[in-house]
Amino acid sequence: MSKKIATRESYGNALVELGKKYENLVVLDADLAAATKTGIFKKEFPERHIDCGIAECNMMGIAAGLATTGKVPFASTFAMFAAGRAFEQVRNSIGYPHLNVKIGATHAGISVGEDGATHQCNEDIALMRTIPGMVIINPADDIEARAAVKAAYKHDGPVYLRFGRLAVPVINDPDSYQFEIGKGITLKEGSDVTIIATGLCVASALEAVERLEQDGIHAKLINIHTIKPLDETLIIEAAQSTGKVVTVEEHSVIGGLGSAVCETLSSYYPTPVLKLGIQDVFGESGSATALLHKYQLDGEGIYQQIKNWI
Amino acid sequence: MTILELQKIALEVRKGIVTAVYHAKAGHPGGSLSAADLFTYLYFEEMNIDPNDPKKPDRDRFVLSKGHTAPGLYSTLAQRGYFPVEDLKTLRHLGSYLQGHPDMKHIPGVDMSSGSLGQGISAAVGMALSAQLSHDNYRVYTLLGDGEIQEGQVWEAAMFAGHRKLDNLVVIVDNNGLQIDGTIADVCSPYPIDKKFEAFQFHVINVENGNDFNQLKNAFQEARNIKGFPTAIIMKTTKGKGVSFMENSVGWHGKAPNEQEYAIAMADLEKAGEAL
Repeated sequence: MSKKIATRESYGNALVELGKKYENLVVLDADLAAATKTGIFKKEFPERHIDCGIAECNMMGIAAGLATTGKVPFASTFAMFAAGRAFEQVRNSIGYPHLNVKIGATHAGISVGEDGATHQCNEDIALMRTIPGMVIINPADDIEARAAVKAAYKHDGPVYLRFGRLAVPVINDPDSYQFEIGKGITLKEGSDVTIIATGLCVASALEAVERLEQDGIHAKLINIHTIKPLDETLIIEAAQSTGKVVTVEEHSVIGGLGSAVCETLSSYYPTPVLKLGIQDVFGESGSATALLHKYQLDGEGIYQQIKNWI
Repeated sequence: MTILELQKIALEVRKGIVTAVYHAKAGHPGGSLSAADLFTYLYFEEMNIDPNDPKKPDRDRFVLSKGHTAPGLYSTLAQRGYFPVEDLKTLRHLGSYLQGHPDMKHIPGVDMSSGSLGQGISAAVGMALSAQLSHDNYRVYTLLGDGEIQEGQVWEAAMFAGHRKLDNLVVIVDNNGLQIDGTIADVCSPYPIDKKFEAFQFHVINVENGNDFNQLKNAFQEARNIKGFPTAIIMKTTKGKGVSFMENSVGWHGKAPNEQEYAIAMADLEKAGEAL
């Protein structure tokens, strides 16, 4: 776990790889190319990088129009503006006609850090989940993020890709890693409790699992990179085998992974669920690591909360 | 096509609008009728399209940004042969493909789903951008309401189109002067519309009477010759045009005629046909 890369960086790099292969790939940005890392693509393919200026709603509409003509646009901005400001454009101009638009939403969650609450989007997964046909992917590390971008290109239909600003540990093995939209990954077997984590919380959950193990608690750990469509089979089976479930996400506990898991389990296998995440509050300024610690989404916080609950 | 032929088709389009809205018991006749001549001109004279191949890649595109006037678009598409005129009676009915607002997934000839005001123009800009990027020759047309341009997104799209010099894009504003709550001048005036588009780097053409085919023809011919700028055609029209009691009446923005009103409307249109 020595190497750390922000998934937004993985996004920019994957776009370049795809851009070399596919002529119809176009990247849109809203004056944040340096931050979203689409600048990496711009350097390589300036003619296929379209800066829309600070006008996210229009950018989503342009992406929709491009998609009707066979282009595959990746519309990029911060999660706050992609899912928040432009929600209705994404719903009506992209989701309703099921257009082949990929939304690259960076700077998601509390780990945006110093910018504070206005830019810390803890609601995007909840918003995007309500759009029929929208695929939502929240990758955990560089390996997964790059694979997700490639899978999103190949998928026919709208995809919301969620990336982070903070450099996070590379936890997957580049040689053996396999990504499939909608398929969760079991990282560790265990019988006492199932921890279902997503995004940068997967690495923290791994730390928590090790500490729980030292305490004699055998936790099963699942990485859910695709929040929609959710891998219901894997989640139900895990609930059946452990009887207790903990969800961990850098997102509001309202409407995100925790809610999705609860919706599934309450229908098919009612199970006690502890939802870890942002507990219906706005964030604040601070360094990403300090914030993850305060909101108990680092290894220590996850460990303590599970220990107290179990 | 001669002006007389276009006028005759436009009357049939108007009958289709009134009939569709009457059978739907809901819908937006006023703005459909004000733009009926524009729809007719686009689909019978201006655009490179093929009703037998609605998705042909090099076709010209049309986005109805003021999507609530779908009855006008549908009636025109039906007259042009995209689907049976008879189907207009199913507008807004459960199970019909003729949705209340344009639905590109299910309606032949509809290039973009629209209806939430301000969004269609962005999609049209995206289509025009795509042609510019790939050096394709097709042109893109989009129709906006004069009330619709109160939406901020319209100006985001206009700024981008001007900046990118999308000279394959024609934005048409149906300036019938009325919106739901009153006259556009009273509610929240968007005037001067032409100067606004000029400021956004558009070539602007003012059309004194957008219900006159000669004037429409001149405007679209001028637009074709403009290089380096997108074109905005601001056309003054009469809301409810062609139906006596609907003309210039705010109340007929989004209301269906009852049986008696329907009969009067159809008689008005018949009479206009005889006069041609």
